[in-house]
Amino acid sequence: MPKEEVPDLKVIAHMQGIRKRFPGVLANDQVDFELREGEVHALLGENGAGKSTLMNILAGLYHPDSGTINIRGKQVSFNSPQDAIKVGIGMIHQHFMLVPSQTVTENVLLGLNDPPFIINLKDYDDKIRQLGERLGLIVDPRAKIWQLTVGEQQRVEILKMLYRGTNVLIMDEPTAVLAPSEIEDLFLTLRKMTAEGKSIVFISHKLNEITEISDRVTVLRRGKVTASGINTRETTREKLAELMVGREVLFRIDKKPVKPGDVVLSVENVQAENDKNLQSLRGLSLQVRAGEIVGLAGVAGNGQSELAEVITGLRKCTAGKICIHGQDTTNQSTLTSIRQGVSHIPEDRTHVGSAPNLSITDNVIMKNYNQQPIGMGWLINSLAANRFATKLKDEYEITAPLINTPVRLLSGGNLQRVILAREISSKPKLMVAVQPTRGLDVGAIEGVQRLLMQQREAGAAVLLISEELEELLSLSDRIYIIYEGQIMGEVTDGDIRKIGLMMTGTPLDKIGKEITEEDGK
Amino acid sequence: MENNIPGSKKRRLRFPYKIRVEPRLVEAPGWVSVLLTIASIILALMVGAVLIALGGGDPIKAYIHIGKASFGSLGVFSDTLVKATPLMLVGLACSIAFRMKLWNIGAEGQFFIGAFAASVVVLLPVLPDSSPKWLFILIMFIFGFIGGALWGVIPGFLKVKFNVNEIISTLMMNYIAVFWNNYFIYAVWSEGGFQMSKTFPKNAWLPRLSDFAKDAPIFQGLTTHLGLVFAVIAAVIIWFILYRSKWGYEIRLIGDNAKAAKYSGISIGKNIILVMALSGGLAGLAGMSEISGVVHRLQGSISPGYGFTGIIIAWLAKLNPLAVIVVSILFGALILAGRELQPKGIPTMIQGVIFVFLIASDFFVRNRILFSRNIEE
Ligand SMILES: Nc1ncnc2c1ncn2[C@@H]1O[C@H](COP(=O)(O)OP(=O)(O)OP(=O)(O)O)[C@@H](O)[C@H]1O
Ligand SMILES: [Mg+2]
Repeated sequence: MPKEEVPDLKVIAHMQGIRKRFPGVLANDQVDFELREGEVHALLGENGAGKSTLMNILAGLYHPDSGTINIRGKQVSFNSPQDAIKVGIGMIHQHFMLVPSQTVTENVLLGLNDPPFIINLKDYDDKIRQLGERLGLIVDPRAKIWQLTVGEQQRVEILKMLYRGTNVLIMDEPTAVLAPSEIEDLFLTLRKMTAEGKSIVFISHKLNEITEISDRVTVLRRGKVTASGINTRETTREKLAELMVGREVLFRIDKKPVKPGDVVLSVENVQAENDKNLQSLRGLSLQVRAGEIVGLAGVAGNGQSELAEVITGLRKCTAGKICIHGQDTTNQSTLTSIRQGVSHIPEDRTHVGSAPNLSITDNVIMKNYNQQPIGMGWLINSLAANRFATKLKDEYEITAPLINTPVRLLSGGNLQRVILAREISSKPKLMVAVQPTRGLDVGAIEGVQRLLMQQREAGAAVLLISEELEELLSLSDRIYIIYEGQIMGEVTDGDIRKIGLMMTGTPLDKIGKEITEEDGK
Repeated sequence: MENNIPGSKKRRLRFPYKIRVEPRLVEAPGWVSVLLTIASIILALMVGAVLIALGGGDPIKAYIHIGKASFGSLGVFSDTLVKATPLMLVGLACSIAFRMKLWNIGAEGQFFIGAFAASVVVLLPVLPDSSPKWLFILIMFIFGFIGGALWGVIPGFLKVKFNVNEIISTLMMNYIAVFWNNYFIYAVWSEGGFQMSKTFPKNAWLPRLSDFAKDAPIFQGLTTHLGLVFAVIAAVIIWFILYRSKWGYEIRLIGDNAKAAKYSGISIGKNIILVMALSGGLAGLAGMSEISGVVHRLQGSISPGYGFTGIIIAWLAKLNPLAVIVVSILFGALILAGRELQPKGIPTMIQGVIFVFLIASDFFVRNRILFSRNIEE
């Protein structure tokens, strides 16, 4: 029997008439939100719709301008996250707040009064291990945070909240940083938690995740609720997309036939090391032609980011050769590669792609501040710079009060738009796009995919590095598969079976036999 | 169970309110930080008053005296400006470096080398004593700037090439600079056994307001010299560089996120060297202006720690070059009052208290403090 038909389902948290204004934006406008015991409640909405703001209010980080919050029927007013934790509400933010040099246990215990002095952590190690095992949160309590993968760090954040007795867990875009297999593990944990009666608020832009994990959905658009707690089962992806964007969203992109031109990027037998000085690219070769989107599929950490950096001059290769437009550009400077028309959407948007305390204007001129009309002699023409920023803000629908707002105050998706606007507007000849749609809402994803298509039609060469197979399949003309710093093979017909096998390390020439053998049976 | 009794006793003794500190997530509006700056200066003066009273003085009289001693008449105000001049240049030197998160705390040493290099022009000599004034000033200006710039570039180079921490290298080089200077005033240019050089010829003095007293009697006895003009123009130029030039954009970008700067194709190493050169050059210019505008000879005690006060000034001015002018005048006033006031340490102490309060105010801008009743659990 579906849960929602049980009559006495307890409402655990009820927010009513929530309003929150930031300078220049009404982030939440008369928002109602109801969370029941034992449910996964998805929160959906465009970039800047106010999802994070609403949940920051529920978690005690922000104070609403007006509106009430009831927890189990009792009205509360939080002054800090600690107040919220006291009544069992905890939030996990997209950027984790862990101390890298300390162990898992130490991080979990941080800020608690028990134990008063850290003397014997062994008992606590066991306690935390047991808690984790119960819910499928496998992580070594004695490992230091910096040794853990992003997925493991997220588990520590969850453990931290559970250890504090949280029974409402708010997760802000938890899957954006996870590999597909880690997402599966996370969902298992979430299911175990709801089975114990805990409630979860789940923010995501990925509709398939929402339909998979959530019981109910609330949709926000420009700070207002457009659908309140509808049953996930009674809706479709298309309907949800329409609710959040306000128009129909096409999930299919039509790909016009473009005849590939000359080879723009050619990578030959390149080797490079990663930040830990371990060999990360082991003789990798690939080619991208003009008018072609080439996908690079692979499990994260197999050398994708290093490849992007080597091509854009941010990392030195130890061997091999890189040519752009037939010109040898191996180990050239980043500036030269920018001048040659190479644009780069980096994987890490906050630490590499933007300067948080500088304005939108200063962030969009990062690549062209020394070119006409923005750079004039040794000066910057601030009028031209502002005009450029205003134009991009309108064209790429960046939601922000002013162009001199520091980008640190933008919502996650809007920051991504700032970076995209800068990189696409430069009309690149070669574009290296790493996870370009991460953190974007469906409407914006559609927009970015269309922009990438336009690049292709305009004759640019695009190297699309992504972990989302669906995106790769719908956009790419060809897909290379990377595994441990080498190309396993190339797929032109979108055969998922082959891609899957190569992603786990079987080279293409070996697969041919396996598949025909299987088919023969 | 036994624990219950002492526990409850403890609870009764507890302060009934809880104070919590949390980082602000919502930006504090701009006026908060201005208000807090003013409030912290007032608070600092009040704490200073208490300390003066404890020391047996009359705080109100003391403050009136400080005010009078620094701003009371055209004459003393002019003296305040003389004190403020090197502070402005050194404050600018620190501001531009700190903007790029380059912790140049070697302005003191760069100041001494600037002073030394300017003296070389007269004492080596580079120019004969009979050279025209404009030529003296020009060459001393260039020497002072280049001297300081070199002293700044060395740690910059070490940082770029060998990743040597600039805090340590600039600090060490302060000592080298002072001893270098001492060697010359003790051994080479010592005048009649005193630890100072001969007085510079008048041609090598920066013009003062009093030089124009013949035409404008109001300037009679005013010691404000051309260095002030250098400092103000420098502040405007630095502001312009930071906010209107490509180079300034690069500096601000590196200062905010060096990785993003690298990704934008900006060379960090080149900028470290250039900014250290400008920073050192400005501090060197402060030394030149002090030597040629005030002391008129090379000697040991040419700086009461200007280079270190510059760090404070840069910080108080929130690294804004124009604010450096205002803050420097305030500090100039405090230094000047220090000469008049007994006990002598009072203005220095007030400086320190203001600084502590300003750091504290910055803390309040970043964090919010919450008071809540202790709930019995
Ligand atoms: N601390 C802040 N100061 C000023 N404006 C803010 C602040 N936090 C959020 N905003 C603004 O409020 C609006 C809503 O932001 P919020 O982060 O809630 O969006 P979101 O729905 O989480 O979007 P995304 O999917 O892109 O993460 C945005 O326009 C954002 O710029
Ligand atoms: Mg968000």
